[in-house]
Amino acid sequence: MLNTDPHVSHRFDDELNAVHELVHRMAGVVEEQMRNALSALLHQDEALANEIIGRDSVVNDYELRIEEECINILVRRHPAASDLRLVMTLIKSIADLERIGDKAVKIASMSLSMQRSSASVNNRFLRDIKVMGDYALGMFRKAMDALANNDAEAAVEIAKGDEELNQEYRAAMRRLITYMMEDPRTITPAIDALFVAKALERVGDHARNLCEYVIYLVKGVNVRHIPLEDVGKQLQD
Amino acid sequence: MSAAENSVKVSVRNLDFYYGEHKSLKGINLDMPANQVTAFIGPSGCGKSTLLRVFNRMYSLYPGQRATGQVLLDGEDILAPNYNVNLLRARVGMVFQKPTPFPMSIYDNIAFGIKLYEKLRKVEMDERVEQALRQAALWDEVKDNLKKSGLSLSGGQQQRLCIARAVAVRPEVILLDEPTSALDPIATLKIEELVAQLREQFTLLIVTHNMQQAARVSDFTAFMYLGEMVEYGPTQQLFTNPQKKQTEDYITGRYG
Repeated sequence: MLNTDPHVSHRFDDELNAVHELVHRMAGVVEEQMRNALSALLHQDEALANEIIGRDSVVNDYELRIEEECINILVRRHPAASDLRLVMTLIKSIADLERIGDKAVKIASMSLSMQRSSASVNNRFLRDIKVMGDYALGMFRKAMDALANNDAEAAVEIAKGDEELNQEYRAAMRRLITYMMEDPRTITPAIDALFVAKALERVGDHARNLCEYVIYLVKGVNVRHIPLEDVGKQLQD
Repeated sequence: MSAAENSVKVSVRNLDFYYGEHKSLKGINLDMPANQVTAFIGPSGCGKSTLLRVFNRMYSLYPGQRATGQVLLDGEDILAPNYNVNLLRARVGMVFQKPTPFPMSIYDNIAFGIKLYEKLRKVEMDERVEQALRQAALWDEVKDNLKKSGLSLSGGQQQRLCIARAVAVRPEVILLDEPTSALDPIATLKIEELVAQLREQFTLLIVTHNMQQAARVSDFTAFMYLGEMVEYGPTQQLFTNPQKKQTEDYITGRYG
């Protein structure tokens, strides 16, 4: 059970609310980085790609600051029950957010690399990437909404979407390999595109992790390494 | 509300307790496993100390206090009128909030209780005193000063002396009523360490206001409120994912 009643100590409420808000601000920056990375890639925007790479330190700074705030809460408050689960959830979430931020940087640097290849070659590859990118970004955004709304049921459904993204990735990989075999000149840009696809597939994994933390936060059960169909059943019981 | 794979040592059945007209425990049912530590937590006045005092019938020293229902120690009802209270106090030892050494030597503090129940030769008594002090992790600190007054020890040492006194008569159950609330953090940790060791040989029931302490030392935790047993379960579960809102409110500091 999740408890949203106020604490006797209002300062404790303030501390928890403050760190919770910081995590959502961090998620906002990460989401923007990811959206910009896809845009830089699809529009071959060099300036935007460089901006993303430069802005990674903002994400990292958020991670360090939130981690410190969480440690302060652990030391000062010895949180228990849903408070403890919230602090654990936030500590774990920021690690995944930071990694998603890294993926945005990876995609930005791949976009710089792909600018060296011809646009017509790239456009063929980028169709796959756009579909995957929109999907991964949507999954991430919904996962953060589930966290904001303490919505475990939604989290289960969002996490299930990860399998679809994995299938997209495998399909994209097969297509890219085919291109490379047909025309060795496409190898360099195709490998760049493959790296991007892999990064997007990983974003889905991180979004799924976020969903699992939400389930832990709300229901108090650890559902990692359990098939999602079983998780849904377990939550109904 | 059964508890563990360990056999049940103390079992409470439909226990009500009255201070005169006032009913302060209401229909308590609880099974406490042998060789485990069970912690009782709850706000002041919730009945946790009252419950602890039922387990060795301490309340029967006071007129107007009575318990109804059953408390089974190895299946035998200790509340039965014909149950031998002296025998009960030997089977169920108790340690209090403030250290209560007798105004006598360290040695005699331990030997005093043993003499009530057993006639031992000097050598045997020496052994028993040493054994009790070792069990209470106090031997190394006092072995050269056994003739010194128990009152000359520090607070933490005095409390360990009281634990030594309790274990010396070889009880089966040890009741600890806020045993560290008068001690500094290091002395507290020593007592907690001791509790972890003593559970190998005894069944321990501890009342504490310190929730972190309950989380650290106990295997099972019971949360009581207004004389009722609200929730009882494995300590880890109770502190990470309690099933009752009242428990959650209390341990997260939302109570009141």
